[in-house]
Amino acid sequence: MTRPLLEVNDLKKHYRIAGGLFGGKPSYVYAVDGVSFEVARGETLSLVGESGCGKSTVGRAVLRLFDITSGQVVLDGQRMDDASKDALHAFRRRVQVVFQDPFSSLNPRMKVRDILAEPIRNFGLAASAADLEERVGRLMDLVGLPREAVRRFPHQFSGGQRQRICIARALAAEPELIVCDEAVSALDVSVKAQIVNLLQDIQRELGLALLFISHDLAIVEHMTHRVAVMYLGKLVEVAPKRALFARPRHPYTKALLSAVPLPDPGAARNRIILTGDVPSPVNPPKGCRFHTRCPYAFDRCRSEEPELRVAPGEHWSACHLHDLPDAQNPLLAPLAS
Amino acid sequence: MALLEVENLQVHFRTPVGVNRAVDGVSFHVNEGETLAIVGESGCGKSVTSMSLLRLIPEPPGKIAGAIRFGGKDLLALSEKEMRAIRGNDISMIFQEPMTSLNPVLTVGRQIGETLRLHQGLDAKAAEDKAVEMLTLVGIPAPARRVREYPHQLSGGMRQRVMIAIALACNPKLLIADEPTTALDVTIQAQILDLMRDLKQRVGAAIVLITHDLGVVAEVAERVMVMYAGRKVEEAPVRELFANPRHPYTQGLLGAVPKLGSSLTQESSRLAEIPGQVPSLTRPIVGCVFAGRCAIATDICRAYAPALEPKGPRHAAACHYALKEAAAA
Repeated sequence: MTRPLLEVNDLKKHYRIAGGLFGGKPSYVYAVDGVSFEVARGETLSLVGESGCGKSTVGRAVLRLFDITSGQVVLDGQRMDDASKDALHAFRRRVQVVFQDPFSSLNPRMKVRDILAEPIRNFGLAASAADLEERVGRLMDLVGLPREAVRRFPHQFSGGQRQRICIARALAAEPELIVCDEAVSALDVSVKAQIVNLLQDIQRELGLALLFISHDLAIVEHMTHRVAVMYLGKLVEVAPKRALFARPRHPYTKALLSAVPLPDPGAARNRIILTGDVPSPVNPPKGCRFHTRCPYAFDRCRSEEPELRVAPGEHWSACHLHDLPDAQNPLLAPLAS
Repeated sequence: MALLEVENLQVHFRTPVGVNRAVDGVSFHVNEGETLAIVGESGCGKSVTSMSLLRLIPEPPGKIAGAIRFGGKDLLALSEKEMRAIRGNDISMIFQEPMTSLNPVLTVGRQIGETLRLHQGLDAKAAEDKAVEMLTLVGIPAPARRVREYPHQLSGGMRQRVMIAIALACNPKLLIADEPTTALDVTIQAQILDLMRDLKQRVGAAIVLITHDLGVVAEVAERVMVMYAGRKVEEAPVRELFANPRHPYTQGLLGAVPKLGSSLTQESSRLAEIPGQVPSLTRPIVGCVFAGRCAIATDICRAYAPALEPKGPRHAAACHYALKEAAAA
């Protein structure tokens, strides 16, 4: 069996928000509270969920932008969460990132050429000065920008073009995995389509793996292989794309899918409108974290936390309903409209 | 007569690099009790249009020309004092950011009551009672307690409900909603859209909904107007627009949005792209505003701006080539 490119095991990240130094009971934000998943080479895994569910924190933990509270981040068999400085340097080349806001993630005082040359030089990828320029030129080709634009500054580009520069910069290090943290969310519809297509083309061409963090389910469905759904710091469902969109096995996923407005006027839908708001991650509910908003919650949900369990077709979900006989499981009822 | 008639609206801003023609000759109307959606991408002028309806554009650097007739009165001819009597009373507005558009140092009750005391002359007690009633209407639990809370004690969805309560407090005839759900999560967005639909039936106000989300348009609008680079390029009833888009820009926009459930019915395909960028509005645009990005543009498009022409029942588009019957290729 081939080894996955990235393995995340029981990842936890808690932030202390009070107490500690001068006494008092410390309290924590349980931003990510035990998340495990894998990403294969050349695969897109999408991490979806609402604001505050911890999806970006997972992305940043994978990038090792901070130390994690506990758990493991393993790249190609090598643990990265406690890696030495040298090992981390090599790791940084293999895992790159594209952030949401193309306006704040490029240095306004650097020309595009220097932005792209920096990672190439940093990781010693170019054999000569001529090779460096050639690599910069090829990156511009790859992301569909004219080569002569390397002499310009970021502010001379539109939002979509800037996001292309961010992608080119990520590609400059010749990574194997790119974490896209809401990489297309800030873009307009028509430009978003351009960037989504670009990411798909590049992935196919270079065999890249993507960890695609997004709240836009329609975009996710369009470009992902597998989907992981997060709620309050936990994964509630992980499944191949089609299985998840056709037969969601967690009530939260089901509600999330039904809440997306469809660009199809008059479409008959069986909408599940969740009541209330997402509880605070400082004091997450006991038992299943979703039970306060779940339309199907019963006694067991309030006391016992469900574990992720697999159903045929690598379809993982964490819900007690699947222990009931099929006839009593409301999730298996056909989606009537 | 329509409730609101906008004729040849022009909103220009003086900037250091030239005059920005944010809105350049837009006409439309809204009937009583109707929901009109204005759709377009950033910079198309949809928000500027909505703000100019209430004369919220600072002048200078802005300059509004044309006519905005509300119930027969030209709003552009009114004094600032007369205008204040209309804002929040006959016409009210919901903004995108429920975090920044509420005053953080006043209780929500005070903020709902403010419009009532100003426009309907209620005293503090009566205003608070009415505020509780409004909070009940917008579905906030424990309204008698919430009315004395401050915005930071409420979640994003609840703050947007408070915004809606403020907007509806004086029974406006027209409600302008500028991206009311864009800052919210999908499950909360579903709650708010549901609330808006429900309230519309009960209150009967006409709504001008500004959005970039075609899904939201499909769910709440009755009629849709598509804007591009400061001009109106197409207008039609909502079903007609989604079924038979005539303008190449509208067609491109609809093709660029992936549909939820698409992976179940078809193999993964590429999204339709609209190549290029939105043109700069600081230079005068000769010809059709969309010609630079349009696949079917010809020399005629680059030389002459197309007029808005009827392309079917209540359907109009500004394109030299949009066919009268079947959708253009």
